[in-house]
Amino acid sequence: MHDHEQRLHAISAHRWRIAFVLSAIMLAAYYGFILLVAADVGVIQEMVRAGKAIPAAGLGGQITLGMRLSDGLSVGVLLGALVIVFAWVLTIIYTKWANGVYDREIEELSHLAR
Amino acid sequence: MPQTSTTSILFFFVFVSATLVITYWAAKRTKTTEHFYAAGRSITGFQNGLALAGDYMSAASFLGIAGLVALNGFDGLIYSTGWLVGWPIILFLIAEPLRNLGKYTFTDVVAYRLQQKPVRIAAAIGTMAVVLTYLIAQMVGSGTLIKLLFGIPYVWAEIIVGGVMIMYVLFGGMIATTWVQIIKACLLLGGAVAMALIVLSKFGFNPINLFAQAAKEGCDPAAAAGSQMFCYGGKVLEPGIKVVTGAWDAVSLGLALMFGTAGLPHILMRFYTVPNAKAARVSVMWATIWIGGFYLITFILGFGSMVLVGQKNILAAGGGGNMAAPLLANVIAGEVFFGFICAVAFATILAVVAGLTLAGAGALSHDLWVNVVRGGHAPQHEQMIAARAASLILGICAVLLGIVFQGQNVAYMVGLTFSIAASANFPALVLSVFWRKFTTWGAVCSILFGAIGTLVLIYCGPTIQFDLLGPKAAAAGSPKEVVDAANAAIAAYKADIMAKWWYFPLKNPCIYTMTGSFLIGIVISLLAPERAAQEGFNEVERRAVLGEPKGAAAE
Repeated sequence: MHDHEQRLHAISAHRWRIAFVLSAIMLAAYYGFILLVAADVGVIQEMVRAGKAIPAAGLGGQITLGMRLSDGLSVGVLLGALVIVFAWVLTIIYTKWANGVYDREIEELSHLAR
Repeated sequence: MPQTSTTSILFFFVFVSATLVITYWAAKRTKTTEHFYAAGRSITGFQNGLALAGDYMSAASFLGIAGLVALNGFDGLIYSTGWLVGWPIILFLIAEPLRNLGKYTFTDVVAYRLQQKPVRIAAAIGTMAVVLTYLIAQMVGSGTLIKLLFGIPYVWAEIIVGGVMIMYVLFGGMIATTWVQIIKACLLLGGAVAMALIVLSKFGFNPINLFAQAAKEGCDPAAAAGSQMFCYGGKVLEPGIKVVTGAWDAVSLGLALMFGTAGLPHILMRFYTVPNAKAARVSVMWATIWIGGFYLITFILGFGSMVLVGQKNILAAGGGGNMAAPLLANVIAGEVFFGFICAVAFATILAVVAGLTLAGAGALSHDLWVNVVRGGHAPQHEQMIAARAASLILGICAVLLGIVFQGQNVAYMVGLTFSIAASANFPALVLSVFWRKFTTWGAVCSILFGAIGTLVLIYCGPTIQFDLLGPKAAAAGSPKEVVDAANAAIAAYKADIMAKWWYFPLKNPCIYTMTGSFLIGIVISLLAPERAAQEGFNEVERRAVLGEPKGAAAE
């Protein structure tokens, strides 16, 4: 029984490690995006406070997310869409792994316990 | 704006009749609380994924984000991404222990190894705070919207929404609610995809061409609708300072959106409708795919209405931008499609309030009545009566709250809901699953601080003090002296409030309240350790991995 408990702990700890790493990656990606927004908002606020008008054409390369890749595509729009695609990729990878590898190990273990 | 068409009313009646037939079918199958709260754990992962998406894609995210994008461009994307990235976090950290440890509500998990009564009372307060603020936002939004879409008087709109929703929950419980969510999710996704395809067909099926049109300069943005498309200059592709007013506000809003999702009781409750952790994972995967795709499409719809309907026309239709998507439907495909999209918006509201009411009923009857008042021992038929009574009371409350808050600006309520969910429910849930030393009083104080702290800070913040209580700007077209006087009054008022010691400068307090909630939970648990809770943690760890033991044979 002791051996069984230890294996259970090991498997569970392994899953948590993967879950935490993936969560950290997701947080980093999203917060990277939000911090870029926050930095740009800071720049714009500074300009407004200094009494400068924001041109209708936008600030373009003066702020990070305003840089243009083409006429209709700014870095901001592209990164925002990529955050969503990234969330898809992470959830699919995790679900495939957990429902395959991880669940098989748990199954074996609960058979042993019986 | 097109007049209320008979088509939209027809579509709406078809939807309501179909869902009521399902409710009748579900009512015959709803015999125990396991059916009422958890649909007999018979929903598949794929179905639950759609239902989760249905529960989550509220009118705020469909009409609201489309309107936000149509009026502000890029800034809408902050909400879209924030509302999506909570889902992977739910999958990695919450879904599995939640499904394996709980029975009907997320409180089951928090209270698992702690003292039942205090934790359940506190968690029920956290749940009700989220459910009620979200219900107010949805009900007031629905009344205004239905008035705009169908021309029905506000009070009647509230009574119709409340009445139909009570039928779903009261008779059909979780089985009916789940199928209402699934149907609504399919209608919403189908309608949005169809609209996006028609929009994109005008731009060579390349969204970048659409964005480029919006970012063009030189054409007159006030020009009449019709053959000409509108354009606004490149600033629509960049962050602005209307939606997010400052750098800290952006960070705080991001926190609330991301972790709030993982603390919404009606979402967490859905994990009990599937048979096991495997299906729970599959359901989050599908929910993430549907919701993410929906937000990407909504971004296209927002830019589509910006270019094809025009910001001026969207604002003129009223509802603060909420009419962007329905108006777009009218411009690109005529009145029948407009009617269809209006009916879908109505169905969306109905489905979300049904999910919320069921979650609230779970807190009132399962957590408070059965586990606190009756100490966990109530016969099955009494539990069913309590569940149904709680649904009825909450349904009536929803209608009354909707009527009381008529005409109030409730846009901030959605942000408030996510802030409370992230500050009150999420920290307690995470600490109870991951931290051996977490105690009963740590949980109680953390939940109460999260709920009350958020309410107080929002009240002391710019949203309530300036937008709601402050003097209003002069009406458009007033003489110059009137406008100047009003602006001077606003400036004086703001300066006065900002000098007060209690003034809180952020629109969204989550960065303080959520951090505070975690700290309070940890400090109080360390100050007064609880032996029984620590000993119970082994069982939590074991069961979070293996799930409920299958009868005595498993032991």
